[in-house]
Amino acid sequence: MEWFETWGLTLTVFLPLVGVVFLGLIPKENEIALKTTGLVASIMAFVASLILIARFDFSSNTYNSYQFEVSETWIGAINANYHVGIDGISLPMLVLSTFVMVLAVIYSWNHWDEPKNPKAFLILMMILATGMNGTFVALDLVLFFLFFEIVLLPMYFMIGIWGDKTPRRIPGFAKEFETRLYAAIKFFLFTLFGSAFLLLGFLALYFESGNSQFGRTFDIPQLTELGASGAFSGTFAFLVFGAIFLGFAVKVPMFPFHTWLPDAHTAAPTVGSVLLAAILLKLGSYGFIRISLPILPEEAMSWAPFIAILAVIGIIYGSLACLAQSDMKRLIAFSSVGHMGFIMLGISTMTDIGINAAIIGMVAHGLITGLLFFIAGSMHHRYHTREMARLGGNIKLMPVMGGILAFTAMASLGLPGLAGFWGEFMSLVASFNPLPGLSLGVFRSAMVIGAIGTVLTAGYMLWMLQKVNLGEPGDEWEGKELHDVDRFELAAWVPLIVLIVVIGFFPKIIFNSTTDVVTSLVDMAFNPETTASISSQIGG
Amino acid sequence: MMSRLLFAAEEIHAGDGGWWADTAGVMLVLPFVAFLLILAFGKKLKYKGGEIAVAALAINLVWATVLLLMNANGGVLDQITFEIGHIGSGLVFELGWVVDGLSILMFFLVNFVGLVVFVYALGYMKDDVRVDWFFAAFSLFAGAMLVLVGAPNLIQLIIGWEGVGLASYLLIGFYWEDLDNVRAGNKAFLTNKVADVGLILGAILVGVSIGSWDFGAIDFAAFEGAPELAAVATAGGLLLFFGAMGKSAQFPFHIWLPDAMAGPTPVSALMHAATMVTAGIYLMARMFPLFEYMAQNVRIVMIVIGTVTLFGVGLLAIVADDIKKVLAYSTVSQLGYMMTAIAAGGYTAGMFHLFTHASFKALLFLGAGSVIHAVHSNDMSDMGGLRKFMPTTFWTWVVGALALSGIGLSGFWSKDEILATMGEQGLTVVLWISIAGAFVTAFYMARATFLTFFGSYKGDGQPHESPRIMTVPLVILAVPAAVAGVLNIPGLSLPRLGNFTEWLAVRLVPMGDHHAEAINFGLAAMGLAAAVLGVVIGWLIYYPDKETQLQRDSFEIPVLFPLLRKKYYIDDLALGIVALIKGPLARLVDWTSTYVIEGLVNGVAGLVKGFGVFVYDTLDQRGVDGVFNGLSAAADGAGSVVRKWQSGRVQQYAASFVAGALILVVLFVFVI
Repeated sequence: MEWFETWGLTLTVFLPLVGVVFLGLIPKENEIALKTTGLVASIMAFVASLILIARFDFSSNTYNSYQFEVSETWIGAINANYHVGIDGISLPMLVLSTFVMVLAVIYSWNHWDEPKNPKAFLILMMILATGMNGTFVALDLVLFFLFFEIVLLPMYFMIGIWGDKTPRRIPGFAKEFETRLYAAIKFFLFTLFGSAFLLLGFLALYFESGNSQFGRTFDIPQLTELGASGAFSGTFAFLVFGAIFLGFAVKVPMFPFHTWLPDAHTAAPTVGSVLLAAILLKLGSYGFIRISLPILPEEAMSWAPFIAILAVIGIIYGSLACLAQSDMKRLIAFSSVGHMGFIMLGISTMTDIGINAAIIGMVAHGLITGLLFFIAGSMHHRYHTREMARLGGNIKLMPVMGGILAFTAMASLGLPGLAGFWGEFMSLVASFNPLPGLSLGVFRSAMVIGAIGTVLTAGYMLWMLQKVNLGEPGDEWEGKELHDVDRFELAAWVPLIVLIVVIGFFPKIIFNSTTDVVTSLVDMAFNPETTASISSQIGG
Repeated sequence: MMSRLLFAAEEIHAGDGGWWADTAGVMLVLPFVAFLLILAFGKKLKYKGGEIAVAALAINLVWATVLLLMNANGGVLDQITFEIGHIGSGLVFELGWVVDGLSILMFFLVNFVGLVVFVYALGYMKDDVRVDWFFAAFSLFAGAMLVLVGAPNLIQLIIGWEGVGLASYLLIGFYWEDLDNVRAGNKAFLTNKVADVGLILGAILVGVSIGSWDFGAIDFAAFEGAPELAAVATAGGLLLFFGAMGKSAQFPFHIWLPDAMAGPTPVSALMHAATMVTAGIYLMARMFPLFEYMAQNVRIVMIVIGTVTLFGVGLLAIVADDIKKVLAYSTVSQLGYMMTAIAAGGYTAGMFHLFTHASFKALLFLGAGSVIHAVHSNDMSDMGGLRKFMPTTFWTWVVGALALSGIGLSGFWSKDEILATMGEQGLTVVLWISIAGAFVTAFYMARATFLTFFGSYKGDGQPHESPRIMTVPLVILAVPAAVAGVLNIPGLSLPRLGNFTEWLAVRLVPMGDHHAEAINFGLAAMGLAAAVLGVVIGWLIYYPDKETQLQRDSFEIPVLFPLLRKKYYIDDLALGIVALIKGPLARLVDWTSTYVIEGLVNGVAGLVKGFGVFVYDTLDQRGVDGVFNGLSAAADGAGSVVRKWQSGRVQQYAASFVAGALILVVLFVFVI
């Protein structure tokens, strides 16, 4: 298995792409073969990521030392390399990504949104998988950017082709548009808008690093070292941080860049929503941890209160917006704004507790909100409506589906003992004592407001359950054949349910991977003594 | 931790409980096992899984009883924990169980009352819907409470705490076909959730300050006066009390409890006796050293809230027509007594009242359930004269009512101890209000008793005594309701058992408890006199039989009674606030998202598009294009392509936006 040390990550990232080749060769009519190929490709990537866990050395888990590292020259002219590697931060994210992809393929086995065409859809899913997995392992800014952007295209087509065709009035436009078109374009442009700034920031770092011993570099580990030694500072770094912030904040999304999210989620086909919520949103928050904080620590500190304020606004704002929704899927979509707010609040504290909170929060949100979108999709599949006013008594018509929905709603509102609790709770813990030097006033206010946000979260989740699940079913459903969950749905959902409970009672399976590396990240970036010693080592 | 345990065990000569304490965690796990088993197999069993639920608690009760006896015989102090996660900077999360005087008492209480109520429910729920789900959720309820009271640290307590909240939500909304019941469940959950903000923040303040959430560590820090804890003691104590106010229904958070009657009656019995509402009192008792040695100033707030609760909310019981709501308000009032007692330093007095209250309140609720079972109504206007039809229910009810009123039976002793604590602490005003509260309690219990059991029957059909499976639990509960007071008569120590005060004192640090050393005959007489007066007046007003129950119940005090019927408008206020958030505020936020932020984005897009049109029409077509007009063949071809592209407005908008973005990128790249 020696070869796995060098090939493991590449396999995890590109196996789905190999699947694309095979999918391309299989004729469109042969659905079973197509689906099997997709499943095999995603399972192989998942298995590869499991082997990564098995062979990961948790005892030498320090920041900026990566495992399964590969670095090959790629575009020599600009010193961009195929540099990949993982540490305890990216490991859980990578596994989450491969894991959810397997479930998405299983689920889509008999759930194809119009106009079906499994071949095209599976190809898009596999490309998406490569993009997502790649983003979590990339250690070169160009490579990172490439993967980060690759993700856009399949999602754009998923929403634009398989999305919701209902015509919708768009504020500011005279005539109606198909929801999917508006949503797809909005999603694409919003993210592209952020990406433009992201690229700008990356280029700026590239040129600025020209004065260092490394020469002009896109290499994340090298830039991290430069960052820790204080190489980037002043107005320049402040603006660079701002540009990169904009790129990631749109993706997360943070208030006020969130408006693409409810539209994209509502319009997207079920699997699209699931992947969007479970993985795509995490690319942004992961970027903050991997790039913004370590490379620009000083600027991160000066931006931190601002990020924290936007994060708590997002928590309250997102939850209040949820209360106003009448569309079940849109409600779940808006709930992400609030939940991602907790994750960003954790990151903005710049402490090991906060960053650990963010990572476990990302994993939990991926599992829980992913599951919620699965359920919302399956219910739409049966009722052909997402209007909560028309639903009701679902648990009477479909007891298992209703039960799973109730469970997931409880997980989503952060019930202790389930996965969602730890991220929220620890974000609040971290806000009580943020990194020394950050404003206690801002962060402790954020703590109190964030805690109040949990009440609102409980409020909209309970009201959703009341409207959708409880009460007597409406007359229009009488006599309709509504079959309860089928085996593909169960196969996709039960693993999520189990993980939500397991992480809820044993968060150690995440913390084991993250705690050491996060501690050393915080130490490296924000401890003046460490910073000074790195600075003298590399003669910066 | 271990060294602290040893130190404390030596100080108070406690044992470590041996095998029984080391395996006490079984009690925390079994109800959850039962929960899963019932969900899996309940439908196929004779009692729909009720037998599994009963078996789990019966096994639990063995552990609880053994531990209780061991604790009475010299004390048991033990703690077992497992790490479930830690963070670099010293944050450790643990699960496990603590075994000491306080937790053993609660183990016993939850399992004993739980078992009796479960058995009763076998009969009560027999022909109901979803019986398997009922017993599953019921097991969850008991299990979550055991996780709560067995918690060795604040984190596990929070897990159990929210678990209890969840189970109560499921059980209050048990008949979810009717949305009113769902709303009652929501109200309970959300009211508690508001209070939980205090619990969470208080836990963060205390835990982060001393670097541990372990109760032992907190107790020691408080006892030894650790400065880092002292710095946050007042704020932390206030926040924790805020959290306790929710679960223990202290004013103004009491609003959820009467609505919680929407669930089946056994749920009310369990909720009011052993699980749920006792959680807040338990938290205060668990954190008692913090309030005793550090956050003394918080106690003033606690006393004020507790006193308002015990008297003000108690008054509401007088105008309630629903027999269960009378009991619900009486619970709130008694919780006020407990809270005030603990706040006044009466750790033992408060917990003792909790203990006796558990038995007689469970008894009263099960009695009410028996009555409801017989007359098929909660409303006292459909009752009357049931004494003749249901003798066992009647006599056990009388035991419970006398105990609650503080006349002779167990409640007399525990309430007397609370009054004595107040007297000792010089809280004269509070003492008088409490005595007045005792009068009110006796008065509304007399009203409920006379309206229900005396006079002639006003309901439909012929009521019958409930089956044995329901009456035997009543008789079993009547025993402690009558005689449990003997466990803690000041100055009395039972042979081989000691007394309640000694049991509860088995903690890691001395509690600094204020308890009476001898009976204060003066206060006892006053409390008793107030209660007897209440019964006598109640007898004068409500005993005489009339044509209808409404005529019997026509006694009215102007201004006061209408105000009570409106529940001091607090429910309306809360509903108004919720409606405001749910309605206008939420809509405003949604509106800003759709129209302001999105409008801004679309506006910018429109501008860019307009610019694109301008570039194309004016510059390209008339300017640049004009120059190349001579070479128009090729240009025409290109133009038609572009025009096709233009055919949809959205595409146009997209294209121009992409172009704009690309221009931006190019600009920035070249600027650098």
